[in-house]
Amino acid sequence: MPDPAITPELIAKHGITPDEFERIKTILQREPNFTELGIFSVMWSEHCSYKNSRLELRKFPTTGPRVLVKAGEENAGVVDIGDGWGVAFKMESHNHPSAVEPFQGAATGVGGILRDIFTMGARPVFLMDSLRFGDIRPGKPNAATNRRLLSGVVSGIAHYGNCIGVPTVGGEIYFDASYDGNPLVNVFCLGTLKTTDIRRGAATGIGNPVFYVGNRTGRDGLAGAAFASRDLTEDSKIDRPAVQVGDPFIEKLLLEACLELFQHPEAVVGIQDMGAAGLTCSTCETASRGNSGIEIDLALVPQREQGMTPYEIMLSESQERMLIIVRKGQEKTVTDIFAKWDLPCAHIGQVTDDGFMRVKNHGVTVAEIPAKKLADEAPLYKREARRPADLDAKQKLDLALVPEANIKETLEKLLASPDIASKRWVYRQYDHMVRVGTVTAPGSDAAVVRVPTGDNTWKYLAASVDCNAHYVALEPKLGALIAVAECARNLAMTGAEPLALTDNLNFGNPHNPENFYQLQQAVDGLAEGCRAFDIPVTGGNVSLYNQSPAGAIDPTPTVGIVGLIRDPKHVTPSHFQNPGDAIILVGDPGAELGGSLYLRELHDLKQGRPPELNLEREINLHNAVRSAIRLGEIRSAHDLADGGLLVALAECSVAGARRLGAVITLDAPASRLDALLFGESQSRAIVTTRPENASALVALLELRGVPARRIGTVGGRDLTLKISGSTPLEFTWDVTALHRLWDGALDSYLA
Amino acid sequence: MRWAVIQFPGSNCDQDVYHVLKNVLAQEVDYVWHKDTSLSGADAVVVPGGFSYGDYLRCGAIARFSPVMSAVKETAAQGKTVLGICNGFQILCESGLLPGVLVRNTSLHFRCETIPVRVEHPASRFTSEYLTGQVLRLPIAHGEGHYVADDETLESLFLNKQVLFTYSDFQGRTTPESNPNGSQRHIAGIMNRAGNVLGLMPHPERASEKILGSDDGLGLFASILASQAQSTAKAA
Repeated sequence: MPDPAITPELIAKHGITPDEFERIKTILQREPNFTELGIFSVMWSEHCSYKNSRLELRKFPTTGPRVLVKAGEENAGVVDIGDGWGVAFKMESHNHPSAVEPFQGAATGVGGILRDIFTMGARPVFLMDSLRFGDIRPGKPNAATNRRLLSGVVSGIAHYGNCIGVPTVGGEIYFDASYDGNPLVNVFCLGTLKTTDIRRGAATGIGNPVFYVGNRTGRDGLAGAAFASRDLTEDSKIDRPAVQVGDPFIEKLLLEACLELFQHPEAVVGIQDMGAAGLTCSTCETASRGNSGIEIDLALVPQREQGMTPYEIMLSESQERMLIIVRKGQEKTVTDIFAKWDLPCAHIGQVTDDGFMRVKNHGVTVAEIPAKKLADEAPLYKREARRPADLDAKQKLDLALVPEANIKETLEKLLASPDIASKRWVYRQYDHMVRVGTVTAPGSDAAVVRVPTGDNTWKYLAASVDCNAHYVALEPKLGALIAVAECARNLAMTGAEPLALTDNLNFGNPHNPENFYQLQQAVDGLAEGCRAFDIPVTGGNVSLYNQSPAGAIDPTPTVGIVGLIRDPKHVTPSHFQNPGDAIILVGDPGAELGGSLYLRELHDLKQGRPPELNLEREINLHNAVRSAIRLGEIRSAHDLADGGLLVALAECSVAGARRLGAVITLDAPASRLDALLFGESQSRAIVTTRPENASALVALLELRGVPARRIGTVGGRDLTLKISGSTPLEFTWDVTALHRLWDGALDSYLA
Repeated sequence: MRWAVIQFPGSNCDQDVYHVLKNVLAQEVDYVWHKDTSLSGADAVVVPGGFSYGDYLRCGAIARFSPVMSAVKETAAQGKTVLGICNGFQILCESGLLPGVLVRNTSLHFRCETIPVRVEHPASRFTSEYLTGQVLRLPIAHGEGHYVADDETLESLFLNKQVLFTYSDFQGRTTPESNPNGSQRHIAGIMNRAGNVLGLMPHPERASEKILGSDDGLGLFASILASQAQSTAKAA
């Protein structure tokens, strides 16, 4: 079949603008052929080139004493954790594929991020996920579809992660109508490696052979990167061939074979996975990094279907494939190892010195493009940004019009709301214990995992992914800043000190100035947070065009932070541990209801300004709690987030293994009781300690500049709340009943 | 005591078992590749969990044809200890070393959590360090752990005290809610008639260090070590 003629329609269909086409002609000094057009279209998609976001991303702080591989340098950043060991970690989205094919979309999201990590030379040791769906409760709009998407995504993640034997140890899931038709699937992976064993994705050494290893190439995932770089529409279903199909068993073999190969550093010059834009991206990027050229012959590429065209082979996103630049003379080391693991392995080309990515088919050149210009010189756009016209109206909150809800019922409703309810239905489908490293099981403020650094020596890492997108929707910069603060706070509660951050920026179509404003402001907020907490950004992912016909999603700049816990003795649980322990509220009582879960769930209002964030207070809180933990003064620590003070207290009861109750006494507030109990003011935590240490701990925290007061005692089977004042009030909940509501909610929605 | 841990393509609990044997229990332990045909004289062999050969076709169904399985069968025939955990249990059933089969959980979902598991009796080389009716906290992580056998087999398993572990609640009662996968008679682990081959779905290696939340699985390994010590003493 002859290639189609290059018409304006065909160019437009490839998502290439007339200006970009001119730029391509300038680069090539001629018209591109069909294969070359396809190659440019995927490499210059937002997904691969970040052409709409790169200028914004430059605002992030990316350096630090522990940073070994910086953001954007390689497939993932690498951070020093001491004693000669490092961690490679990153988060990536698979939103669009998951919208049209949730199981494979999510599964291959896991597969892709795993390859990003082991291509660095690291062994993947844990996964986390940040997921967003529309409401799943019976009776809500699109609930049946949302349940199908949730079930499919969770099964897909479980299928891939469980089979490959990398535990999924934590994450977050939130539900909001803005994700109807456009769920978010952000997958985080962390791997460990010796700092001397970092692998690079550069094609150097003229004449060195280029090897293709792993799965055979098929027609799946054709131009997936381009698919991910446009809006989801009613017709997106027909893009299902753009969704890749994953095989975790092949990936497991590929992982073990690559790690075995890395034991022979003399044989490997460079390695890069074939993820988005597959063979195209891996060849031109390795050549670009190596300041070299690369030449391959597609006839040598292992293929699972007959009659594939060069265009199809170059744009396929078949999974579980890697490109390896081998040192000349060491070919046998590579072929032996891949034969041992029964994996396809083919010598498909070599490194050249002319700077071109040259693709042949049976010896005939079918594409010839300057590699550096293709990989690194995509156009960069500074898009127009405009504050959303309705933002002022959204931020207005007249509490006089909001009646105070019944306190007893409100807590019950919030605990059963999908955002707060136990996620056990989800995480028990994930193998979260394989690799015998999971110290803190899912369901806590942050996952705590011991990672091996040699034979029976370990480092203790804490990791969390967070983003309250409602806040970001209501005030993008503040919301993003809070995402960083909350994530760092979660780590502080476990006793960890943050090392570095990865982000996944999920936004709507950047050509809409209001969407771009959200992106710009959110990046400002993240950057400010990273500088304030001194956490460098070491990598991440941008996913734009997250919109369905109903509009853009709530802007969701998901943040993942990894921290280090110095001593396993410091690992601190989130929930009540012992009857009789004193309960201390760290931070002020607070009363901000804007953007709260309470307003959404009880009053159907997505309204108000998010709570303010005082960075100094927030930093003091983290430092104070962490140092008290190190002094052995704290038995449990749980941060206050969605749902505010009362939800946090109830979580300390129902989420603990012993389901301990508590008696809490609070002073009557000057204004509204609902604001005291369900407001989401920042920089707060609930900690417990031995009763005899309570006053010393309060003094210690205050010395560190953090307000603290004892508000109650752990114990009993009830959660009792007393409000003192002129008209004292008392509320009592049976913890077993609360537990049933909280623990069974997702099961009941998904039954 | 010398241990062999089999590595199939797709094994993913091999390193966990190896770690526990070597670092927690100070044992001599070697990996054995699935293409190998000898266990080079190991006293005990572990067939670890994972997804051998991707579990295509049926769990454990392809692994049984692996070259190393003949060596495992030989070892079993010699009366040496064979321990199959999770996917390893499935492989032992598929290869005929243990009766019955493991099918899809009745929930149709993969299930991973730490649950109560009851010791049926301590009179075996795998349970001598436990007490009758003792309830252990052991992790499970499987999609196909639903044990099925015909009535006759089930009767003889119980009659001959081959059922070593069952799913129960923390009080040791076998209630419908305490059965995580629909296993017949709540069966979590069985041994062969000769008493030297054990297969179980729970993961003792994941419950062998306090920091991971439970070390109730150590007793299983300790029992094997005790029985080996005894037989060595007898031989001497």
